[in-house]
Amino acid sequence: MDIKDIIKPENIVYQKTKVLTNKVMHYCPGCSHGTVHKLIAEVIDEMDIQDKTIGITPVGCAVFGYNYMHIDWQQAAHGRAPALATATKRLYPDKYVFTYQGDGDLASIGTAEIMHACNRGENIVVIFINNAIYGMTGGQMAPTTLIGMVTSTTPYGRQVDLNGYPLKITELIAQLEGTCYVTRQSVQTAVAARKTKKAIRKAFENSNQKKGTSFIEVVSSCNSGWKVSPVQANEWMEENMFPVYPLGDIKDR
Amino acid sequence: MTEKVLKKGNEVIALGAIHCGCDGYFGYPITPQSEIMETLMEEKPWETTGMVVLQAESEIASINMVHGGACCGKKVMTSSSSPGMSLMCEGLSYLAGSELPCVLVNVVRGGPGLGTIQPSQGDYFQAVKGGGHGDYRVIVLAPFSAQEMYDFVWLGFDLAFKYRTPVLILTDGMIGQMMEKVELRPQKPRLSDQEVAELYGSWATTGKPTTRQENIITSLALEARVHEALNQKLQAKYRVIEESEVRFETLQCEDADYILVAYGSMARICESAVELARSQGIKLGLLRPITLFPFPVKEIERMIPQLKGIMSVELSTGQMVEDIRLAVSGKVPVTFYGRLGGVIPTPQEVLDAFKTNYMK
Ligand SMILES: Cc1ncc(C[n+]2csc(CCOP(=O)(O)OP(=O)(O)O)c2C)c(N)n1
Repeated sequence: MDIKDIIKPENIVYQKTKVLTNKVMHYCPGCSHGTVHKLIAEVIDEMDIQDKTIGITPVGCAVFGYNYMHIDWQQAAHGRAPALATATKRLYPDKYVFTYQGDGDLASIGTAEIMHACNRGENIVVIFINNAIYGMTGGQMAPTTLIGMVTSTTPYGRQVDLNGYPLKITELIAQLEGTCYVTRQSVQTAVAARKTKKAIRKAFENSNQKKGTSFIEVVSSCNSGWKVSPVQANEWMEENMFPVYPLGDIKDR
Repeated sequence: MTEKVLKKGNEVIALGAIHCGCDGYFGYPITPQSEIMETLMEEKPWETTGMVVLQAESEIASINMVHGGACCGKKVMTSSSSPGMSLMCEGLSYLAGSELPCVLVNVVRGGPGLGTIQPSQGDYFQAVKGGGHGDYRVIVLAPFSAQEMYDFVWLGFDLAFKYRTPVLILTDGMIGQMMEKVELRPQKPRLSDQEVAELYGSWATTGKPTTRQENIITSLALEARVHEALNQKLQAKYRVIEESEVRFETLQCEDADYILVAYGSMARICESAVELARSQGIKLGLLRPITLFPFPVKEIERMIPQLKGIMSVELSTGQMVEDIRLAVSGKVPVTFYGRLGGVIPTPQEVLDAFKTNYMK
């Protein structure tokens, strides 16, 4: 049998969604960003909303997210994606608008913008990648960096007296009346990725029911920043990140 | 049918926005420009034209909302005063770098720091030379009456979309708070989403139909030559703007031996100073730049042979005077007279300063 006889539509069991581009991703092997991109693209495809979706990339490793999905994209200043999303959704109320932000972007420099967008109940989707580190700039401390965790700006480990505590911004966001759905997920296993995809789907569905902001934190690994192998990174994440950032829905209204 | 009203400069900025079919205003309160958002909220344009008006949590949020709205191909604007403009500068740089149209209004107050809420022209450098990071310019319009405040919102959006660039209306509390008669224009309908997609679908994030590639709006270009090319494209656009969009007015310049150069509120005072000088037989004229970028360099060059001197009059320590000196290139003496802190000189004081500089 020739390979051409095998590659036939009736034999296909899995296919890359057409919403994803064919560009080779710049992410490090083992990074969670690529997996989350794929899940978002699949949801957009399955909901058939490619022509109605506008994405906003952050400043951070995911700045180039716009290279990987065939949808319209805006590239925001560091931390300000929720402000761009606010205007976009208000000017195009029937479109699906989402921001994609890292922990430095969302929970440090952009704290005001995310808080107020969520508090206004903007009908947008927020995808929040918490890898406890500044990936793009070379592994500095993030607001979500764990106590004792070594980064390039906490070479002796994060210390409470110097750097304060890991910021559980998702719990804060859940307190805001404007949010309708706040959940914390991960993508290190197939099962976890499937749950995250379900959450993303629900968030996108919420956004055109005028229920308020849907916020999905994905606890993620950054093996390059953490300076371990991809497998060790996932183990470290399960062991150390999950106790501080427990998975599951925090709010579903 | 045109309608005449007696209104403050700030108020007619708001009316101009509604009437010209603006899609969205995003702002944060600061004196002396809060009447702009207050008037918009009172007018409730979302019930008539469908315009979005939103009080943001900060000027940083405001300008980034403008960034998002401009990406959508919509007519969006914000307004602020000096400290707020400083906060907007990063966003403004992104808007310029991403080649996005929008209108900004800076009702300037005195600085540095918290300064004073009194009128000032101390933000000339920030407005005209960039303010934010990188090699960019914005078109700067300097209204000197309430009528021009209204008209320049219309003109601002026209220019912003013609060149896909931010346009900044640079004014001050004197023009913003002054009540004058203003002729309003008939309501221009807002563009429908479909019209926006047809007109700006080649670049705007309107949602990607199957008939076109995705639109990606970014200012990022990590590859050296790509980034150089992006900058060269911006600079080429600025050169076209310099060739085509210079606006100015002259008063009694035909036979003038000397001219004053002043913009905005200072030009109002200088008009009277010129009349005063003429009544004393002094051949003084006034050049009023209406666009500060592009600056009326050629007009100044043209006048040089007839002139014995130029005096720049500003509510600052001398900012525009540097652009005049560049244009003059040492061929004629250029002097400066300025007041600060909201002290508005009288026409007599301007004339006295002129005499001190040139008639002694
Ligand atoms: C105003 C501004 N400050 C700082 C930076 C530098 N910077 C780029 S990315 C980044 C942190 C990104 O970290 P995070 O948001 O956690 O995303 P990650 O790269 O880990 O995915 C910083 C500080 C910038 N580009 N702009």
